[in-house]
Amino acid sequence: MGPQEHDHDHDHPDDEIAQAGRPGYYEVMETAVRELLIEKRLIEAEEIRRQVEVLDSRTPALGATVVARAWVDPAFKSRLLANGRAACEELGISFYDDTGLIVLENTGQVHNLIVCTLCSCYPRAVLGLPPDWYKLKPYRARAVIEPRAVLAEFGTVVPDDVEVRVSDSTAMVRYLVLPQRPAGTDDYTEEQLAALVTRDTMIGVAPATIRTGSTVR
Amino acid sequence: MPLYLRGKAGTVEAVIEPPGIDNEEEAYGRNAGMKRHYYRVALPMTEIWPDYVGSPRDGLRIEVFETWLERI
Repeated sequence: MGPQEHDHDHDHPDDEIAQAGRPGYYEVMETAVRELLIEKRLIEAEEIRRQVEVLDSRTPALGATVVARAWVDPAFKSRLLANGRAACEELGISFYDDTGLIVLENTGQVHNLIVCTLCSCYPRAVLGLPPDWYKLKPYRARAVIEPRAVLAEFGTVVPDDVEVRVSDSTAMVRYLVLPQRPAGTDDYTEEQLAALVTRDTMIGVAPATIRTGSTVR
Repeated sequence: MPLYLRGKAGTVEAVIEPPGIDNEEEAYGRNAGMKRHYYRVALPMTEIWPDYVGSPRDGLRIEVFETWLERI
């Protein structure tokens, strides 16, 4: 081991938070394009800042409110399945781009899973930024080749008599999975239901259960 | 259009509204603004992967731009 290498089983609380190394190719290109757009007055720095702020403000809690509402309100659920974007907008969730939203309902017969094989298309307006594994090649390739094996690795074993339906999001449409409402939640409030709906249940890698919202001890 | 689906047979389930611009032509400055539809296409996994492991009912859904579809 050289002086720069050692086992990282401890923190370095005093390390300076600084950019390591030179910026990469795409980082340089992004900076160049951004500066050009601003210089040519096609877009303002404030607009970019505002958009980053909007993107960062989105979290899976938004999607959870949508799912919980669909569980308690059948009329809302049918509007959600007919036009996902319009139904989310009803709840005050704005979409800042031209993407549509198709909501995929999990049932006793069908288990939906979402992936973007080309890049990282994701329902960011309702879930925020995707998890790292969603953007990495192993998930993107294997989700469409062997979805049942991938689901099993997430702890989700789908019975053979249930159809696994993978939606590959590559163009104008984003997907959100509407998980099945867990058994034993008849007396839950909408807010309590929303706490059971996590990011992974809306990607389709896990079912919502009465334990999904709790922390592992 | 992802490579793994080229040449595969599927069924159109729905037309996606509104129409979208043809990104591939647009990138070269041709047919600027021309719009066509995306279609939601259903394919059985066994059509895509002959040795697919899972239920024969398992399937894939994807939106495909009109220029990549051929009626069969």
